[in-house]
Amino acid sequence: MHLTRRQFLSLLNAAAAAGVLPVSQGLKAGKHAGVYEVPKKGNVRLLHITDCHAQLLPVYFREPNVNIGVGEAYGKAPHLVGTRLLDRFGLSAENDMAVHAFTFLDFIDAARKYGKVGGFAHLSTLVKKLRHEFGEERTLLLDGGDTWQGSGTAYWTRGKDMVGACNLLGVDVMTGHWEFTYHDAEVMENIQNFHGEFVAQNVKLTEDGFFEDQPAYDENTGHIFKPYTIKELGGVRIAVIGQAFPYTPIANPQRFIPYWSFGIRDDEMQQVIDTVHEKEKPAAVVLISHNGMDVDLKMASRVTGLTAIFGGHTHDGVPRAIEVKNASGVTLVTNAGSNGKFLGVMDLDVKNNKVSGYSYRLLPVFSNLLDADPEMLAYIEKVRQPYLGELQEKLGVADSLLYRRGNFNGSFDQVICDALTEQLDTQISLSPGFRWGVSVLPGDDITMEHVLTQTCMTYPETYAMDMSGETIKLILEDVCDNLFNPDPYYQQGGDMVRLGGMNYVCDPMASTGNRISEMTLDTGEKIEANKTYKVAGWATVGSKSPGPPVWDVVAQYIREHKSIRVSRLNTPKLKNLGDNPGVSDYTT
Amino acid sequence: MAETIKIRAKSTDDTVTVKVLVTHPMETGTRKDSKTKKLVPAHFIQEVKAEAHGKVVFHADTGAGVAKNPYFAFKFKGASKGDTIKISWVDNMGNADSREAVVK
Amino acid sequence: MSITRRAVIKNAVVAGLVTMAGLPKLLLAAWPESAFKAKSMDDAMNALLGTTESAAGDIVIKAPEIAENGAVVPISVTSKIANTESISIIVPNNPSPLVASFDLTDSEPFVSVRIKMAKTSDVVALVKSGGQLYKGTKEVKVTIGGCGG
Repeated sequence: MHLTRRQFLSLLNAAAAAGVLPVSQGLKAGKHAGVYEVPKKGNVRLLHITDCHAQLLPVYFREPNVNIGVGEAYGKAPHLVGTRLLDRFGLSAENDMAVHAFTFLDFIDAARKYGKVGGFAHLSTLVKKLRHEFGEERTLLLDGGDTWQGSGTAYWTRGKDMVGACNLLGVDVMTGHWEFTYHDAEVMENIQNFHGEFVAQNVKLTEDGFFEDQPAYDENTGHIFKPYTIKELGGVRIAVIGQAFPYTPIANPQRFIPYWSFGIRDDEMQQVIDTVHEKEKPAAVVLISHNGMDVDLKMASRVTGLTAIFGGHTHDGVPRAIEVKNASGVTLVTNAGSNGKFLGVMDLDVKNNKVSGYSYRLLPVFSNLLDADPEMLAYIEKVRQPYLGELQEKLGVADSLLYRRGNFNGSFDQVICDALTEQLDTQISLSPGFRWGVSVLPGDDITMEHVLTQTCMTYPETYAMDMSGETIKLILEDVCDNLFNPDPYYQQGGDMVRLGGMNYVCDPMASTGNRISEMTLDTGEKIEANKTYKVAGWATVGSKSPGPPVWDVVAQYIREHKSIRVSRLNTPKLKNLGDNPGVSDYTT
Repeated sequence: MAETIKIRAKSTDDTVTVKVLVTHPMETGTRKDSKTKKLVPAHFIQEVKAEAHGKVVFHADTGAGVAKNPYFAFKFKGASKGDTIKISWVDNMGNADSREAVVK
Repeated sequence: MSITRRAVIKNAVVAGLVTMAGLPKLLLAAWPESAFKAKSMDDAMNALLGTTESAAGDIVIKAPEIAENGAVVPISVTSKIANTESISIIVPNNPSPLVASFDLTDSEPFVSVRIKMAKTSDVVALVKSGGQLYKGTKEVKVTIGGCGG
């Protein structure tokens, strides 16, 4: 069922009334009249996008039904799903629009009703409108990174298609993560072509890089990039510090960026903030961060002098800013979701060079409701044109919903895992717990482009190898600790490694090394520590694997099966969870 | 023999910061060669020292727990721009090397 | 260590790397073999410093929360304790916990070094000052890597 424009707008008004979407000034002619009206509060407007993963076109994106918080994160944003998230932020379950934007509830029907989200042409219209209404010169567009990777065209152009799109969109300042999965020289070239500024206080030259005179922004401090920048917005000085993903060389290949060292470095963060306050006398110091929300929340409690942290990485669409107390005041922490689905809007009220108030909204970008910006649309068509044949190949049809996001296997992961075991003839398959990758509705064609949104990256090679049961357990425990270590600084912000052909029991609350038990093959046979098993996988970080790119393996599997129905997931049985508000509708 | 020691010594205010990078395998003696499957004999630097104006300003006893191609940094007072600093090392097999650098 | 100090020197001379005259006096000082061969932190401390007792001290250890590569973990230690004489670095979960001991009598109370870590462990810095021993620790996690994002 598709809604008529009139029905759509009236639902949006209901959402607006509930405070999720901006208050409507009534329905007028024109696509977005009245709907995306954000009242002007204050005198500086900071717009924020993050983790779009190169999705230039509108997409479907299902929010997770499993996002478990442990330790201090238990039951707190962003570790809330479904109705528990709605309750926490005072959103009515009757408010279909907000429910669809922020939760997985009733996803298929709601997606059919409201249509796709995001897309740079639609986002561009919204950005232009919000800047124009507020006064261009008093607005800033921030990008939290994971922008230059995630699509076929980004891969084939080594991120250049996205640099061009971001220039058109008018991104002023950005930081990065998957941007660093191209070679260091390519990263530098992309940054040169980027019209905005690229900032990161936590990327430094390694000791070897120092002795080999590798390029750095500041030879004395070893900063590879500018740590911060100052923007004058209608006479108000705003400092923007960058924090790149702290664990890039661990979660992604170090070999592409051998001379760059990352890390959280919150002591150095404090030094940068203090220096900026002292030297630049800004009205506000804000951080664009790729820490992930749990790390941002902890950092906000330890570091003083930040007005706000605009966060990404963990792909959490959090409707409001979280106020975190620290030794010198309060820092706001936001997270703006992923895949182009949201635009964060923070208005700051600055008086006498001090922030005296704020208002924050996370606007869902409903593509049907926004005209495509013609210039951006033309650009997107141009960059896609050479690759259209490959992108639009129909591989098969989805007979059930395909999605990824969640702590454990999504149904699209299951397709990838099943493809690996079948095509590479193994008992078990492993697939990384990435949080990018779009959804495909039942009945829709699965195109090569869909497969690429789930798999496209610079180290896609597959492998099939023997592993002992002991090694498999070690890998599972290791990744599980990256997800469920009670101290966020020891987490990496991805989801659990996806599995095919085997099952296990997972106790997220247990201590490091003791969360995984009862590993069995799909046949029910126990996985023994000292026996070896054939295991397929992809995206090896340490060195290049010998097999074909995973997208070829998955595409071939879909071509052969034609109709793809996922009826079971190799998700673990969960133990000791109790009534964790980060889990809903969970099946194994 | 190729130079095994790289030195960068920089004077700021009254303190000299010295960074040293040494080329050395730092074998623990417990690693097996991937091809021969035989244990690679222990081979690691045991002592590193720095001298300025003929005086020892930094001295380290090291084990095989120091990473391959050891890196050290330290700071001292009592030297300035243009002075010479000398770094030397000795390993468990009796190899040794030394090098001088000018403080910048 | 199976070779004597004399043999070491001889080898060095044969290898042409140093001359006897060039061999500095301090390099002949005893390398604390039993401390480096110790398999536990306590044994290493007893052998190196003669005690396992230490007090909490104002010691700042800079190290990554998660190592980018367990074989090369950059750390630095700054002691804020007056009259710091030496800083010793121990990784309790390494097979041979003692990594290095730095005599800093004539330098600032700071040292930076890259260490090996076999698995997740505390990094311990022991500072000697005025006959007292002080201790600082920081946990560093060593992971297999991958699968994030």
